[in-house]
Amino acid sequence: MSKSVEREAVIRARSLTKKYKDFVAVDGIDFDVYRGESFGLLGPNGAGKSTTMKMITSVSQRTSGELTILGKEPNNQGPEIRAHLGVVPQKDMLDRELKVWENLVTYGRYFGLPRKWLKTKVEELLEFAQLTEKRNEKADDLSGGMQRRLAIARGLINEPEILLLDEPTTGLDPQARHILWDRLFRLKEQGVTLVLTTHYMDEAEQLCDRIIVMDKGKIMAEGSPAELIRKYSSKEVVELRFGTDKNEGVAKQLEGKSERIELLPDRILLYTDKGEALLTSILDSGLHPVTSLVRRSSLEDVFLRLTGRTLVD
Amino acid sequence: MSLEFKPGSAVDPKRAVRFGAWRVAEYRFYAMSKWMTSVIVFGFGNPILYLISVGLGVGALVDANTGGGGILGVPYIQFVAPALLASAAIQGVMDEVTFPTMDGFVWDKVFFAINATSVSATQIANGVMIVALGRGLFTTVLYLGVLLAFGAVPLTSVLPLLFTSMLAGWGWASVMLAITARLERDDGYFAIIGRFVIAPMFLFSGTFYPLEQMPLFLQPLGWISPLWHSVQLGRHLSYGMELADGMLLVHLAYLAIMGMVGMRFVYPKFKERLSR
Amino acid sequence: MITQALITQAVAIAEKRAKRPGASVYSGRAITMIERSLYAAKSSNWLIIISGFVEPVLYLMAFGFGIGQLIGDIQDGSGNPVSYAAYIAPALLATSAMNGALYDATWNVFFKMHFSKVYQVMLSSSLGPMDVALGEISWALIRGATYSVGFMAIAWPLGLVTSAWGLLAIPAATLIAFGFASIGMAITSYMKNFQQMNWVNFFLLPMFLFSGTFFPVSVYPEWIQVIVKALPLCQGVDLVRSLMLGIIDISVLGHIAYFVVMIVLGLSFTTVRLKALFMR
Repeated sequence: MSKSVEREAVIRARSLTKKYKDFVAVDGIDFDVYRGESFGLLGPNGAGKSTTMKMITSVSQRTSGELTILGKEPNNQGPEIRAHLGVVPQKDMLDRELKVWENLVTYGRYFGLPRKWLKTKVEELLEFAQLTEKRNEKADDLSGGMQRRLAIARGLINEPEILLLDEPTTGLDPQARHILWDRLFRLKEQGVTLVLTTHYMDEAEQLCDRIIVMDKGKIMAEGSPAELIRKYSSKEVVELRFGTDKNEGVAKQLEGKSERIELLPDRILLYTDKGEALLTSILDSGLHPVTSLVRRSSLEDVFLRLTGRTLVD
Repeated sequence: MSLEFKPGSAVDPKRAVRFGAWRVAEYRFYAMSKWMTSVIVFGFGNPILYLISVGLGVGALVDANTGGGGILGVPYIQFVAPALLASAAIQGVMDEVTFPTMDGFVWDKVFFAINATSVSATQIANGVMIVALGRGLFTTVLYLGVLLAFGAVPLTSVLPLLFTSMLAGWGWASVMLAITARLERDDGYFAIIGRFVIAPMFLFSGTFYPLEQMPLFLQPLGWISPLWHSVQLGRHLSYGMELADGMLLVHLAYLAIMGMVGMRFVYPKFKERLSR
Repeated sequence: MITQALITQAVAIAEKRAKRPGASVYSGRAITMIERSLYAAKSSNWLIIISGFVEPVLYLMAFGFGIGQLIGDIQDGSGNPVSYAAYIAPALLATSAMNGALYDATWNVFFKMHFSKVYQVMLSSSLGPMDVALGEISWALIRGATYSVGFMAIAWPLGLVTSAWGLLAIPAATLIAFGFASIGMAITSYMKNFQQMNWVNFFLLPMFLFSGTFFPVSVYPEWIQVIVKALPLCQGVDLVRSLMLGIIDISVLGHIAYFVVMIVLGLSFTTVRLKALFMR
């Protein structure tokens, strides 16, 4: 963490807490986001990711703790802070009554940007989002991937220093996700700080320099994806399925075969550094799984280790 | 409790294809029962408000002007009663064949789910029609009770009026269902139909004053309107307004043909849309 | 291509305003909301917009001239005989202002709040809730006022305006539209589902039918008259009728005050609600 000293923190949270009546959505979290990095908030639904994002956008007031965005105080400098931010909300929230280019112009106008300046900016953004040909279509008529790209273009209209993306690829097909990731990489190369929430482990591994893993409003772990995997999981995982009724019994027999074993309702996970060898030894011992798979460890395994739960339940 | 499954043995295919329309109706009535308060209040409150404001309020002005002679020999409230009844029936069916039907095709697409069982497209169309008529009948019967209480219709004409109102309801419902089946998306069509078709029909079908009082060039508006035909029949049956020779048959035939022709356009479109 | 200026324009603009009082709820850019509405109107269905103008004309024809033949002349507020059409025309003008304003301020607002969620997006720019409230309400009032001008263009040539004061009916209708737009949006912000929205409609129909629109409120018993006269549409109908028939007295000021209060209440409630809903 020594390098963080010389880097400028654009977002700084200390003991940040948000309560809705009795429910604690965010429970005293600390983190810094540095200029130019790509920062991920990872966790299942209800972990407090979106609430944290809303507090950063300063549309949601924190209950207690400290939060500064570019050194400003969100409680009374909301509009100023938002002028520095680009926001890409979950579910896009496009203005469906308007055409593609009108969506960009009106949003720019909300910031008070002059029409003349917007005219060229909109063209640049349409090209960036690969939507130039669709400029005159209604936002409603675009495909899911295009709508998401339009939402990103809209978030960039004020040339923000920080772009906040809430679940940027949820609901998109694999091809659309890859196009989107490519666009986000380009933005990062331009020096835009990216802050994103996700419950997809592969997305966090692909996009983020640094992540915090959240669960029930708390931070469970922090670091780069590779660091986290190294720290909380093994190199490889063997996944075995013996049938719904049999998994539990077999799991008992397998104890001691690997460093760690996890029994899930539908399968057994064995954590090891040598997957193939372990699988062979299991098959040799006379056990016959219905399906078997050896794979590399992922953030999914980190999460399981940290919380005892899978991400999507 | 564990799930027991004997694939392929639960459904009797012969039973499954019979009475599909009634099963569609059953589910839709059930769905409607959750909005019963709105169904009653809107299907029924609307015409009652008109009865009080126009029948009694404006009626007082009319009756004062005509010196108690009324129109066609009856007080104004009796004059408008059959018209308000028929328009209640039309409004009742209309509420079912517009948005809920579009919902089945466009938004929740439940017709496609129903069609994936043994129920056919024609049965779905019939089921929708049964529900529409049921809804129309429900409000019409309630409304007849109110009209009776106000002394706006004689007891003896209750059944004939129920018939003529529902006939108009059916005629209009089948035309409207044929239109709804052809709409691919909302785009405010129902608002347009409401304001450019339903509102003029309500106002210019001899509802509030005799059709003959309108300039001759506007009278054809009434002639094509199912409401006018039903109103003429209703006035004849309710207080013996004179009809020209053969007109009784013309009015009845117009409404019946409207219903039948409408359905001819409903079935093929339902089939086509559900088999896409 | 995407160039990062050191300090961007949006930031500069936001900082310029930051020191003013109320900067966290109002950025002074409600006008951009009207620009948005213009774009949306341009590609929306024009027939629907026109229909709001046609509807009162239909009522004028059917009731004024149709039923009017059965009624003949009736007495206006000061005892002079006027034709039935001239009697109901002001009421229809006030109603069309109300309907035009309410359509945008209720159903459209409801849709934007719960389905398209455009307000959340607006509030994630540097707009504040007061900009959104003022912008939406202004647009609704523009629509209401437009309908009343259209209606006037029909009613005047038909000889239904008997006094030069009648010209003031248009600003009066604008005031009425403003009042209904603000209160309409405030009420809508409390509505949670379509059923509740239907109840708003359900309240409007009797108000339309019983606010002295088609017959004088003097037909009611005393205590009902008190209730009816407190209804906003009745206030509006009285105001416009006084102007179009040239019956000018102190009550006109009372009606105006009524609507001013309605506007202030509506605007402040809407702002508070938007803040509570989207900036928790």
